[in-house]
Amino acid sequence: MNLHEYQGKEIFAKYDLPVSKGKVVRSVSEVKQACNEIGGNRWVAKAQVHAGGRGKSGGVALCDTVEEVSDFAKRWIGQKLVTYQTNKNGQLVNCILIEECTDIADELYYSAVVDRSSKEVAIIASSEGGVNIEKVAEESPEKIVSINLDGNNISIDDLEKICSTLELNDSQSSQMKNIVKKTISMFFECDLSLLEINPLVIKQDGNLHCLDAKINIDSNALFRQKDLHQMHDPTQEDPRESEAAKYDLSYVSLDGNIGCMVNGAGLAMGTMDTIKFFNGNPANFLDVGGTATQERVAKAFKIILADPEVKVVLVNIFGGIVRCDLIAEGIVAAIDEVEVEIPVVVRLEGNNAEKGLSILSKSSTKIQSANSLEEAARTAVELAK
Amino acid sequence: MSILINKDTRVLVQGFTGSQGTLHSAQSIEYGTNVVGGVTPGKGGSSHLNLPVFNSVQEAVDKVQPNASLIFVPAPFCKSAIIEAANAGIKFIVCITEGVPTLDMLEVKKIVDDNDIRLIGPNCPGVITPGVGKMGIMPGEIHLPGRIGIISRSGTLTYEAVKQTTDLGLGQSSCIGIGGDPIPGSSFIDILKLFEADNQTDAIVMVGEIGGSAEEEAAEFISNNISKPVVSYIAGQTAPPGKRMGHAGAIISGGKGTAEDKIKKLNESGVVVAKNLLEIGSTTKSLLS
Repeated sequence: MNLHEYQGKEIFAKYDLPVSKGKVVRSVSEVKQACNEIGGNRWVAKAQVHAGGRGKSGGVALCDTVEEVSDFAKRWIGQKLVTYQTNKNGQLVNCILIEECTDIADELYYSAVVDRSSKEVAIIASSEGGVNIEKVAEESPEKIVSINLDGNNISIDDLEKICSTLELNDSQSSQMKNIVKKTISMFFECDLSLLEINPLVIKQDGNLHCLDAKINIDSNALFRQKDLHQMHDPTQEDPRESEAAKYDLSYVSLDGNIGCMVNGAGLAMGTMDTIKFFNGNPANFLDVGGTATQERVAKAFKIILADPEVKVVLVNIFGGIVRCDLIAEGIVAAIDEVEVEIPVVVRLEGNNAEKGLSILSKSSTKIQSANSLEEAARTAVELAK
Repeated sequence: MSILINKDTRVLVQGFTGSQGTLHSAQSIEYGTNVVGGVTPGKGGSSHLNLPVFNSVQEAVDKVQPNASLIFVPAPFCKSAIIEAANAGIKFIVCITEGVPTLDMLEVKKIVDDNDIRLIGPNCPGVITPGVGKMGIMPGEIHLPGRIGIISRSGTLTYEAVKQTTDLGLGQSSCIGIGGDPIPGSSFIDILKLFEADNQTDAIVMVGEIGGSAEEEAAEFISNNISKPVVSYIAGQTAPPGKRMGHAGAIISGGKGTAEDKIKKLNESGVVVAKNLLEIGSTTKSLLS
């Protein structure tokens, strides 16, 4: 689960990390008071969306007057911001973060992430910030240090290594060590999977400062992170994806026209790949789960059919423990219940598959049963043309 | 021989009396697995599926001597369930549960490694040695005793590979679902080592998917250490970046973990990558003839 920058900074502040004085506004009418409370005569206004690349897309502005901040708020609140990280529709801007202006001397990079290879939390820091870290890693790896923690511990040597890679002076080094220790505590206490400060800046006065905050929380741990779970912003997700999530269905929308309903995440990806292999285009990823009951299948159909591009639905179920004849009855009932108007191609495999297929072929003219995944994929691709 | 499960495996089920534990324990017993009892705290002393229920793993170890544990307890309690089995001296643990927090797994992984425990999962279909026994949720009847070792990050995709190798008469020595989480108890490499040493396994099928670098690491290991033919299939060639595709671990992030990179690395390491899902079985057969 992703957080907005302002939410991340609220947590940073709780951990005594240096962040700018700022206020979140949800309407233009709140701008003046917010600017007054922050004080000063220059502000930075930042559109709050779950995507990077905001600066390059006009989603961040340096403002010299309250009017300029108001104009920025007027322009963005309720609108969608398109960046290189969003899709073509962009992300809805619900609120604006207004901050005091920071005089920047230098930009650094800092992150903590679960490293799947070493099976430890890794700290990554670079003297080159504000840019894409993958690019720095490729072009000038000497500017990056990557440290694997031992559990939630970091050694004194590793702390020194981070400070020397960032070319910090004594005072900055002691601030940096504090930032590292605090972010490690935060990482473990909040069940994060990513914490990124890009840029971490050195201000004109020489002090370190967290100018951005990107936080990702492990969705599996939300049951014990109730306060953080409250920060979830469903408006930042595809509405069909949020709707599916309510029913514990895993759905990702794509831009093709063949709707897919599959049991199991791996097989769902494999089915999409197979459609592509036969020159078709999948409209979505959908894992209906281990037990494809009538209720779940009906909900899955509703979500798939909400996409107007979908011309045919391919159902691919590997029966497993649940008998295919029961699944077939569920599919037939769900198609009736949802009043599916477009063709549905079904491939059933596993326990009692033949019995299941015969139930399907007798039931409805809209259903075409297939004896193999290849046949199913070819048929669906043909029908979608 | 086979790997991980043989006729001497004595299985204890943690989360025995819950709905999942009950359903799949019954199926495992029907398949011929030697299930010796189960653990459900508070229900010790009772009987379930005609087997004894214990309050703790230690009590079960003392009374019925299990040497393997199959875990169905809910995700918030998996960490303590695995540690409990480890502390009671169980050296082979299969955790089926989906949704275990990643930081819990970092902690668990250290403990099982330090104690020489083989952990499979979490978020996996489990382990089966066809004709001998199963610890997991896979349908037993699609398997056929044979000579192909199968390792996979996915459940139903494993069944697909199993079905194809069964239909072609190849059969399987053992099938291991290592699970779709970012931090699995066992990696492809851990299981590749076991299949390489197993004289019942002639070839290995490795089913991977997008996300992380487990397939790339396996590719490198295979080129230096595996003499048996390896066939692979990577799911998610059409998956968009930045989206979690069902499994917690199946996500392309920062341009890393794409199917394309994995397939390239596997090809370079001498692994034969099936062009599509439909050809896993036939590709394997062609390597053996």
